[in-house]
Amino acid sequence: MASQPFSGTQTTTAEWRDFVALLKPRVLTLVVFTGLCGLLAAPAHINPVLGFTAVLCIALGAGAAGALNQWYEADIDAVMKRTADRPLPAGRMDRQTALHFGVGLAAFSVLLMGLAVNVLSAAILAVSILFYVVVYTIWLKRRTPQNIVIGGAAGAFPVMIGWAAATGRVEMLPVLMFATVFLWTPPHFWSLALFINSDYARAGVPMLPAVAGQRVTRIQQLLYTLPMVASAVAPWPLGLTGAIYGVGTAILSGIFLLLSIRVGFSRVSDPAAMKAERHLFAFSIAYLFAIFGLLVADKVFA
Amino acid sequence: MIDYTPEQQAEIRRKQKSRAVVTAVILGGLVILFYAISIAKML
Repeated sequence: MASQPFSGTQTTTAEWRDFVALLKPRVLTLVVFTGLCGLLAAPAHINPVLGFTAVLCIALGAGAAGALNQWYEADIDAVMKRTADRPLPAGRMDRQTALHFGVGLAAFSVLLMGLAVNVLSAAILAVSILFYVVVYTIWLKRRTPQNIVIGGAAGAFPVMIGWAAATGRVEMLPVLMFATVFLWTPPHFWSLALFINSDYARAGVPMLPAVAGQRVTRIQQLLYTLPMVASAVAPWPLGLTGAIYGVGTAILSGIFLLLSIRVGFSRVSDPAAMKAERHLFAFSIAYLFAIFGLLVADKVFA
Repeated sequence: MIDYTPEQQAEIRRKQKSRAVVTAVILGGLVILFYAISIAKML
């Protein structure tokens, strides 16, 4: 069998690594972490096998959304340095393969979640995939400079899915954590966009710094930080968490706010000299991991 | 129609084989997972 010569129209030469790359594995780390924290912070016991399955489905669903995003955005990826080596623009995989892989994986993750865990978590997972692919990628990303705000909502779903997987319900705490991740995305992303010389403009994507300028971007990231801080701290005064989460998040949110204010009022225009922006971006990543870690610690130790 | 050189054929075979191995491992993992889920649902 192995000696059969090839002679046909087959062009797919993708390796298994290319399929992994299609899932956007770096993005998955945050998705898996917040989903797992939602699951662990929920006031209900879930069988470890079903808990593992829920987190696996969250990861597969998010990976499928990433694959479908790359399927649709192959033209954009091809003209940007950062993404030009992805499997589709690099020519290692054809678009149809990516589409089939993404749709198949999305359907599998939702079905498995529904059959093994519960219908509510499967429904939210389906909504999050459709939201990221249809609303963000296809509809709004190329139309509005607020695109990453909308994209942030898709990244905020996993905590609700994890919570729903454990409890079968959606309650105030996961909704507040959803809001926190949603509102965290603009300061996180725009602080990066200020000092990274991206080629989104060349690709026709209206990123805020390119469309509205640095000053507007600085103000906007600060305007999103204020409700983010309120949303992150709110669970404590509302009695939804204990002091471990409350005090820890209040301190971290205070630091976040100070860094955001620095960026908001900075007048540095040379990307190479933008220290405040780099500090805010680096801290924003640690911040999100830390507050979700505190959420679980509060449940475990309180 | 594309006629591949022997080197290209060997490269495609190598990639196909690696994909097949990974697919087999994933399917094996799913068998174990579905078995474990079935047990967990009965508890």
